[in-house]
Formats: sequence, C-alpha cells, structure tokens
Amino acid sequence: MSAYRIAANKLRTTSILSVRTESPTVTTFTFKDRECARAKPGQFLMLWIPGVDEIPLSILDVGEDGAVSVTVKKVGEATEALHRMKAGDFVGVRGPFGNSFTRKKGKILIVGGGTGMAPLWFLVKRLLPDVERLVFVMGAKTEDELLFMDGLKKMLIGGNRQLVATTEDGSCGITGLCTEPLDRLLTNERFDMVYTCGPEPMIRKVFELAEKCEVSFEASLERLMRCAIGLCGSCVIGKYRVCRDGPIFTSKQLREVEAEFGSSKRDFDGKRIPL
Amino acid sequence: MAVIGSLGTDRLKVNLAGLKLNNPTMLASGILGYSAETLSSIVAGGAGAVVTKSVGFKPRKGYANPTVVQADFGLINAVGLPNPGISEFVREIREMKRLGVPLIVSVYGFSAEEYATVAKKAVGAGADALELNVSCPHVKETGSEIGQSPEVLAEVVGKVKAVVDRPVLVKLSPNVTDLVEIAEAAVRAGADGITAINTVRAMAIDVETAMPILSNKRGGLSGPAVKPIALRCVYDVYERVKVPIMGCGGVTDWRDAVEFFLAGASAVQIGTAIALKGPSVFRSVSRGVDAYLKKKGFRSVNEIVGLSHRS
Ligand SMILES: Cc1cc2nc3c(=O)[nH]c(=O)nc-3n(C[C@H](O)[C@H](O)[C@H](O)COP(=O)(O)OP(=O)(O)OC[C@H]3O[C@@H](n4cnc5c(N)ncnc54)[C@H](O)[C@@H]3O)c2cc1C
Ligand SMILES: Cc1cc2nc3c(=O)[nH]c(=O)nc-3n(C[C@H](O)[C@H](O)[C@H](O)COP(=O)(O)O)c2cc1C
Ligand code: FES
Repeated sequence: MSAYRIAANKLRTTSILSVRTESPTVTTFTFKDRECARAKPGQFLMLWIPGVDEIPLSILDVGEDGAVSVTVKKVGEATEALHRMKAGDFVGVRGPFGNSFTRKKGKILIVGGGTGMAPLWFLVKRLLPDVERLVFVMGAKTEDELLFMDGLKKMLIGGNRQLVATTEDGSCGITGLCTEPLDRLLTNERFDMVYTCGPEPMIRKVFELAEKCEVSFEASLERLMRCAIGLCGSCVIGKYRVCRDGPIFTSKQLREVEAEFGSSKRDFDGKRIPL
Repeated sequence: MAVIGSLGTDRLKVNLAGLKLNNPTMLASGILGYSAETLSSIVAGGAGAVVTKSVGFKPRKGYANPTVVQADFGLINAVGLPNPGISEFVREIREMKRLGVPLIVSVYGFSAEEYATVAKKAVGAGADALELNVSCPHVKETGSEIGQSPEVLAEVVGKVKAVVDRPVLVKLSPNVTDLVEIAEAAVRAGADGITAINTVRAMAIDVETAMPILSNKRGGLSGPAVKPIALRCVYDVYERVKVPIMGCGGVTDWRDAVEFFLAGASAVQIGTAIALKGPSVFRSVSRGVDAYLKKKGFRSVNEIVGLSHRS
C-alpha cells in the first residue's frame, strides 16, 4: 500500500507570483507551495479558482525556492476564469497527487501533444543529466501552439539529443500528427522507454506503436476528478483510479483497460461516454 | 495465503437480516461504488459486503468542484449524489453480482414512489439488499427532509417493503434532534436493519478569500472526527430497536470496529479510511478484530455486539 500523506490534501491558499503567456490559449501560472515543490514528474495538483471550480493540473515545474508552475489551456469556465487572474490573486492548492513517471537512464523517446507537454517538460528536466539519448517529438495544430519550443531547443542541444516538431498545418516542422515520425524512429532505433502525454487518441496510437516494437511505455491519462484521493470514483478507468493508481500507466496496465483506453470515460453522473 | 484463511474464520461470520457475510466489514455508500471493476478491488481488499453509490430515478451530475475538502480529522464532502440513474445503473448491478459478496444497492429518491421504483429495479437487476439513503445532508428534498420526519420516512420504508422481497436497511442522519425516534419509525415500518450514520453537516471557509470552499458551501463531515458521534448514535439506537445495526463513521482500524460492536453494531461500514489506508483497510480491520476476539476468548463477533450495554 502506498503511503498517503494526508497533509498534501489540505487546501492551502497562495497568491499567484507570475503569469506567462505561452500561446494564444495557453498560460503558465507560478505560485509558492511547499508541498507541491516536492512533487515528481507526472504528479498533479488540484487548483481551486475561488468561487468558480477546482480542477486537476499537471505540475510543470518546481523551483528550489518552493515555486510551483502549471500550464493551462483555456477550454471552459474554470480555465477561462483562471486566465483572467493576475499576479497577486489567490488560488487554492491541494496535492501533489498520483504516481510519477519511472526514471530511466538509457535511450528515451518522449512524445507530447497539447498541454500534455507540461508533465513531459518536468520529466525532461529531471531525466537529462543521466540519459544516454533523448528524442522529443512534440506536436500541435499550428506553430503558435507548439509549447515550450525555445526552452526545449536549448535543453536538447547535443549529439545524443533531438527535438522533432510536427504541426497539422505544416507551419513548423513535419506536417501531420506527432505520431507521423514515430514509426520510423521506433523501427530505426531501439529505445528503452517511451513516455507520452497528450490527447488520449494520440496516446493510444503511440501505445500501439510501442507495443508493435515491444518497447517499454508509460503514459499520463486524464479523467474527471473530484476528490483526487481515491475515494469518490469519478476518475476510474477499469479497476484503476487515475488519481491514485495513475495518472501514469504502464503498457501492462493499459492492456488491462483496453476497452476504455482511448475510447470512453465516465461523465460527471458516472455514465460511460465517448472520450 | 493465511490472509484469506484468517478472514474466513467462523469467528468473523455474521448474518445480517439474512445477508451472510464472511466478515463484518462493508464498504460505505458513495465510496468508489459506481462500477463493478472498482468494487472488485474493494472485495480483493477484504470487504465482507459492498454498498453501491446512492442511485436515484434520474441521472444527476452532482455539484461543481470543490466537492471534497480536508478537515483536521476527516473530510467534508458535498459531491451532490452524482449517479447515472437506475435505468443505466442496472447494467452495473448485473456485473456487480459477480463480486462474490453480498451486494447492497443504496437508493435515494425525491418521493416515496421514486424510492420504491428505484428499489424494485435494483432488486430486479440482482441487488441482495437495499440501503435507503434518507440522510444525505447536502441535497434538498432527499435525505434530510425524509430522514428527519418519522412519518415521511415510514411511508418511504413501507412503499419500498411492499415492492421488494429483500432486506431493507435504512441509513440514518445524525443531523436530527432525536435519532432514536427516527430509527424506531423505520423499524415499525418494516426496516430490516439500520445504518448509522451518514455524514455530519459541516463546512469549511478559507481565510484569504473569506469564502466557503465547497461549491455547495455546506457539506457533510466524515472520518475520525465523527466517530464519537456515530458511536453514540449506535449506542442509543441499540437500546431501542431489535434489528441489526451497521455502524458507520470514522472506522479506520480494528479498535474503532470493536468499539462499534460493543456499542451495538453487528457490522461496520468503512469509507473515508480508504483514502488513508487503501482498499486493504478491510482486511486489516478484520484481522485485528479476529485477533481481539481470540485473545478475549470469544467464539464469535456476535458475542460482543452490544456488550458495553451491560454496565
Ligand atoms: C491529471 C490531470 C492533469 C491535467 N493537466 C492539465 C494541464 O497541465 N493543463 C491543462 O490545461 N489541463 C490539464 N488537465 C485538464 C484540465 O483539468 C481541464 O481542462 C479543466 O478541468 C477544464 O475545466 P473548465 O471548467 O475550463 O472546462 P469545462 O468546460 O468544465 O470542461 C472542458 C473539459 O475539461 C475536462 N474537465 C472539466 N472538469 C474536469 C475535472 N474536474 N477533472 C478533469 N477534467 C475535467 C472535461 O473533459 C471537459 O469536457 C488535466 C486533467 C487531469 C485529469
Ligand atoms: C465522498 C463521499 C461520498 C459519499 N456519498 C454517499 C452516498 O452517495 N450515499 C450515502 O448514503 N452516503 C454517502 N457518503 C457517506 C458515507 O457512506 C459514510 O456514511 C460517511 O462517510 C461516514 O463514514 P466514514 O467516516 O467511514 O467515511 C459519502 C461519503 C463521502 C466521503
Ligand atoms: S478523483 Fe475521486 S477517486 Fe479519483
């Protein structure tokens, strides 16, 4: 049984330290939180937007000074309200929650799409000192939406590191989905691990390619969340609770939930609906 | 493995209004109770029976987040009874039949007729028993209103009993002046067992923003903070009714469970402790209870039910 630190679940209110625009629809918020500053790549927090909602967000980065960042895409009421907030405004934080990516050393392939880039950025930062090779494939609809491009370019300089961008409209890098270059990458080279996060149909595709090439695989999934501590059942996929047993799942686990993975989730009333 | 063996000892077997349990621990309603697959991990964790999430006639989305907030010694929740409605839920019930432990479907409604309709469908799909949630502290017109009036409650229990042939448990709210009066009314109307208690009305306020934290403002407290209240409720009810009582509220280890048995409970339900200890909490509670019974020379958990009333 995993140890559960109840202290992490206590809601703390903290003020926003800084706000950074990443793309027309994506913004990064930084605030201080000692608990979340101890998070590992892949873990998430629950962010309370007072009077509006509380939503799960992946932890993008943590600083030595206890600063914690999240990157948020505007998609609905809560995220829009959050995008209107400024430095000095108060938000509530619970967490960190969930498991984290396992830390591998050999040859690594990372595939990210949309705001799924957030936990992967954190992961790259932690992996880089020890890896033998790291290839990062990132995808978006347009160049505007390719997140953390400059930062990643800087981090991935060097012979054993590579950044591959794909856009659906061809405005940057390879034209098409980020799964496009994968087939070739995976057949030409033997990787020790594939990590991915992004829209679930994309994850599913990457999973299938990794299965075909028999490469170890970990993906971060999203489901509706309420309690984030494994009680309410909102976030279940198969026998797993995404908030407690996830959000990171291995290929072995994903095979067990094949019927739901990439196709269905539970709605707020518990009914199974298409993704 | 010795684990299974110890859970299977005769000392722990109980018969609750005809429901046969291998051990006297059950999952409380509303905790992971939507799907057969999640319940299977609860059964693997050693639960002697499971109670589903409360299900009503129509689907409900529940309240906006925050729906759960941590208090010092427990949780406050106002999830708002999210459920897919009985017509959808019967499919899950059919799958839950395969769990291998008694399946108790928790039912709520906005009228006696609704309770009866949902109860009938649940039994039709295979529920071994029903638990009527007449005590949800944060949804209007179900729960508090029904669980606070002996007359309305009696009507609900009567209508349900008239259409089902399975044991009917009634889950009581501590948010009443006289819990015993309500319990007696339920039993007179035909209830086969009493579950005590549901959550205690509570709230949380943030000092920076001067705002209530839960979107519904008010919620219900669960966990260790409510155990002394729940224990007193069980003790009081035991003095006046003859049907089995399920003790519920803050059970986290075997000692808590034994306290409930001594107060008069025939079984305990566990909810919040799962966040702390995981699904195996059922096994660790059962094992501890078994060791206690053995050490004290009791042959069955039944021998300690209500034992504290001697003095
Ligand atoms: C583990 C995890 C990590 C996440 N990380 C990020 C991240 O780093 N950056 C980011 O921008 N987004 C992330 N999300 C998604 C984010 O939580 C949703 O975009 C947000 O909740 C939308 O809220 P809204 O009110 O703006 O939109 P709404 O209009 O309410 O909903 C839009 C969609 O968002 C999803 N959503 C809404 N409420 C919830 C909820 N309580 N839990 C889960 N999903 C919900 C649903 O799919 C819904 O269809 C993550 C989700 C999970 C589960
Ligand atoms: C998140 C959550 C959801 C709950 N939902 C329900 C419900 O749907 N029906 C019900 O009768 N009780 C519900 N309860 C109450 C529990 O079944 C139980 O009575 C209460 O939590 C006390 O037990 P505990 O301290 O072991 O959690 C819920 C409790 C929690 C924490
Ligand atoms: S969000 Fe409640 S169990 Fe995962």
